[in-house]
Amino acid sequence: MSVIIYAENWDGKFKKLTFELASYGAKVAEMLGTSLVAVSIGKVEESELKELGKYGVQKVVATDHELLRPLDSKAYTSLIAQVAQKEDAKVIVMASNNAGKSIAPRLSVKMKAALGSGVNKLPLSTEPFVVSKKVFSGNAFAHLSLNTEVKIITLMQNSFDLVAKPVEPEIEQFSVKLDAADVKTQVKEVQKHDGKMLLTDAEIVISGGRGMKSAENWQPILELAELLNAATACSRPVSDEGWRPHEEHTGQTGKIIAPNLYFAIGISGATQHLAGVSSSKYIVAINSDKSAPIFEAAQYGIVGDAMKVLPKLVEAVKEIKTK
Amino acid sequence: MNILVCISNVPDTTTKVKFTDNHTRLDTAGIQWVINPWDELSLTRALELKDDASTGVKQVSVAHVGPASAEPTIRKALAIGADSAYRVNMEPADSYQVAAALAEVVKAGQFDIILCGIESSDYNGSNVGSMLAEFLDLPSVSAISNLKVEGGHLSITREIDGGKEVVTVPSPFVGIVQKGIAKEPRIAAMRGIMMARSKPITVVEAPDAEALSSFVAYEPPQPRAACKFIDPDNAGQLIELLQNEAKVI
Repeated sequence: MSVIIYAENWDGKFKKLTFELASYGAKVAEMLGTSLVAVSIGKVEESELKELGKYGVQKVVATDHELLRPLDSKAYTSLIAQVAQKEDAKVIVMASNNAGKSIAPRLSVKMKAALGSGVNKLPLSTEPFVVSKKVFSGNAFAHLSLNTEVKIITLMQNSFDLVAKPVEPEIEQFSVKLDAADVKTQVKEVQKHDGKMLLTDAEIVISGGRGMKSAENWQPILELAELLNAATACSRPVSDEGWRPHEEHTGQTGKIIAPNLYFAIGISGATQHLAGVSSSKYIVAINSDKSAPIFEAAQYGIVGDAMKVLPKLVEAVKEIKTK
Repeated sequence: MNILVCISNVPDTTTKVKFTDNHTRLDTAGIQWVINPWDELSLTRALELKDDASTGVKQVSVAHVGPASAEPTIRKALAIGADSAYRVNMEPADSYQVAAALAEVVKAGQFDIILCGIESSDYNGSNVGSMLAEFLDLPSVSAISNLKVEGGHLSITREIDGGKEVVTVPSPFVGIVQKGIAKEPRIAAMRGIMMARSKPITVVEAPDAEALSSFVAYEPPQPRAACKFIDPDNAGQLIELLQNEAKVI
């Protein structure tokens, strides 16, 4: 019996997100009185695989195949299902991100295992196995009972703190037999925004709305973001106007994020916007309209003109950085 | 080439959601139902492809899993421009049942592209599209922000962490679609609304597939602490609070 996590890598490296999954998986394994196994797909050095042991992973099943370099959801599903069977997995945990969202549902059908997606905390109970997840775009949480022997969970990013639990993991190389016909997805072209802090990885996000008035006014946001090692985001009207790229749109139909700190600057706080950011641990609102709904979602607020407030914030951050 | 767009019927995003029966069931009183926003964008893109004769897209159909009460939403999709519709007659309990039901529609028809929105704005599962693909043993591509048909071949742009990839897969395939696929959802014109009345909605019997999960309760989100206001003339104080009180910078 075991709990399995899918330990995704990015160019051979794990991220904080991977260790969140390990910490979560270790806790679930403890609740079930079983051990934690990680599955790694792709080219990852043994020293990096061992990093998973810091967060309670007792065994790593690692596999690499030339054909599995691009994400092919069908081939990945089949591989993870094989490992799950071999390790007698009772619970399989993945991230609620691009990869997890494309693999977990397929795995659910393949293994006839109930899926709880976008789970935000530890299972509420194990008999029956009930998880909590956000529904209605953040307007409620549901308790979902997973009624099959094997359960699959996708975990929301930044919803579970890292818990150090150092062990020396066993590393097992798992070889897969694949031929080109098994992998249907062919990548023709890749466009990467190199060196840019990813919105979904950032612990601090600085976001601007229509209240910023024009693309030229973004300079102080970019400066603040740079100083705080933050990612930049925007509301829907801003990306629709072309002031900022579409990848920065946070909100119901854009990116759903959960940073530790979210600055909403010149954003009124419509339901659709809040749906994308309501899981942020802290929200700071800066808006000239005192009655803007964003102040109901925020813990800290400044009623004022963003163009006057932002330079003061930049100065204040510079000051604490030099201390 | 034929396209099937799977549509979900969801409460309008501005709906104040309430629960009934001791917080175990959604209170549907007063809810305005709409096509799930991502499904509406998928439908728009499917119709754009059909409008362009060079793509060879001939038919755009929609499929929905739900009771007869969802027919106004299906009619809306027909009014926007879909040629025909399927409704699997059941009240699904989870996404596994929805996908199993949609698989029946796909198996009975001739579809080259099956589109699903990346998530529904009610249960936020992001499950149905990929589940459907697995039921059908078809390839699936997630997080699609652009879909083109050129010379009978599919060119798909999908979002990856920190960028985009242009990929190809053989058809039939299941495309799971996100923002960017179409600029604005297409709106039904009066002529479309009139024509929709005579378009066929085929009712399909529910397959024998059990739900794997069940919603047992709902809870409202925890209310946040009241907003602490900082004097704009002394904005720097905010940074101090974030550092020493919230401890997030």
